[in-house]
Amino acid sequence: MLNVKKFNHKHLLGLEYLSKEEIEIILETAKPFKKLFTRSIKKVPTLRGRSVALLFYEPSTRTRTSFELAAKRLSADTVNITVQTSSVQKGESLIDTAKTLEAMKADFIVIRHFYSGAPHILAQNVSSSIINAGDGFHEHPTQGLLDIFTIKEKKGKIKDLKVVILGDILHSRVARSNLWGLTKLQANVVLCGPPTLIPPEIEKIFPNVEIEYNLEKAIKNADVINILRVQFERQLEHLFPSVREYSLLYGMNKERLKIAKDDVLILHPGPMNRGIEITTDVADSLNSVINQQVTNGVAIRMAVLYLLSLNTTSTKL
Amino acid sequence: MKVILNEKDIKKIISNLVKKIIKKYKNLNKFGIIGIHTNGVYLAKRIAEKIEKSKKKKIDIGFLDITFYRDDIGYRQNIQSPKETEINFDLNNKDILLVDDVIYTGRTIRAAIEQILEIGRPKSISVAVLIDRGLRELPIYAEFVGKKIKTKPNQQVEILLREANLEGDKVIIYSK
Repeated sequence: MLNVKKFNHKHLLGLEYLSKEEIEIILETAKPFKKLFTRSIKKVPTLRGRSVALLFYEPSTRTRTSFELAAKRLSADTVNITVQTSSVQKGESLIDTAKTLEAMKADFIVIRHFYSGAPHILAQNVSSSIINAGDGFHEHPTQGLLDIFTIKEKKGKIKDLKVVILGDILHSRVARSNLWGLTKLQANVVLCGPPTLIPPEIEKIFPNVEIEYNLEKAIKNADVINILRVQFERQLEHLFPSVREYSLLYGMNKERLKIAKDDVLILHPGPMNRGIEITTDVADSLNSVINQQVTNGVAIRMAVLYLLSLNTTSTKL
Repeated sequence: MKVILNEKDIKKIISNLVKKIIKKYKNLNKFGIIGIHTNGVYLAKRIAEKIEKSKKKKIDIGFLDITFYRDDIGYRQNIQSPKETEINFDLNNKDILLVDDVIYTGRTIRAAIEQILEIGRPKSISVAVLIDRGLRELPIYAEFVGKKIKTKPNQQVEILLREANLEGDKVIIYSK
């Protein structure tokens, strides 16, 4: 039996800082929350009176909406700060913006920022609970958790599964959170992508992870393929010759799907570039769990908000 | 530590509770039992089984976890790992019997009632418990009580049931 008392974090900054057991507690706690979604009233009074500020320095649809729905289904109040229309435009610093939210007694600050480590700076400077909703190339812990939850739901386990993370590993915080979580739960992780998009010396941090530049070899007998988005906003033009070539070498299509196991799961964190990293027939195939990922994301974020709310006085990062 | 009820006592108490329950609920087509995790679930199953045996009729049964409805979240008292609420029958217009092991402050029952009313609109809700230890903090009333005992707040009443306890059924009381 997992015991929620063993989860004593105040912030969720990354899966790097969680133990295997703590990750499992979050996954288990998400299950009863998911069960709520089948009711007509999908809301519970758990966080009545608490407030959650969503501070997004980068565009987002699903993560922000998912956090907002998660908070609302827990009966917390939410406020959205979109940087384009806020005082950040007048030059306010990150810490000052966060301190303003703290002064308004926001119990949680969910932050997405283009700099790696921005959530850590907030955790050290304000008293609210900080949840990392994606920081630079560093981590996107709730995405990692929802990916793992989805895999475990379908496969019944994580240990010893062959999980291929495919695409732009270098710029991907989703990949890093998956790596931390999946390796802690003892999956066999294979990284695959163009050599220019695999971070150099990554094997020093994750010694048990395999790197394979050839897609066909990488996905042979795979149980799970997590396909990453090609991040055009991160100046990729110099890192591979052309989008067409990327698609030819690393795009997931119906033919390649046959190389993996018959019941391989296809994950994608979204938004998809259909026809580039994934073809439409794969994205909409029976192997695809992309829409389930979105549903599970709300349950995972409810579990995270709930568990952190038990520890608002803890000082652990 | 003192044993206040043994296996035999508990068996007798449950039989008496079942008799009273059958006497009250004449129309079992409009009746359902909901057990509160974890001991309430075991007791609800036992009660439902006995009614089914005596009346030769299938009884609707559900399980309720009240963790998300607690009023002490964040104060870190007695936080338990949430379990799944499973009520797979229609609550509307039914007479619902809520089952738990002990009634004490009344806060658990309050939370359970709140949750049930969000799932549906039963005709009525009543409460059955093995032990009523008094010391209510809310105006909550249990209609079916196995045994009433006088306790102090610094005492702990623990119900050990064979479903989770190797030594069988037992109710003990001790000072914290």
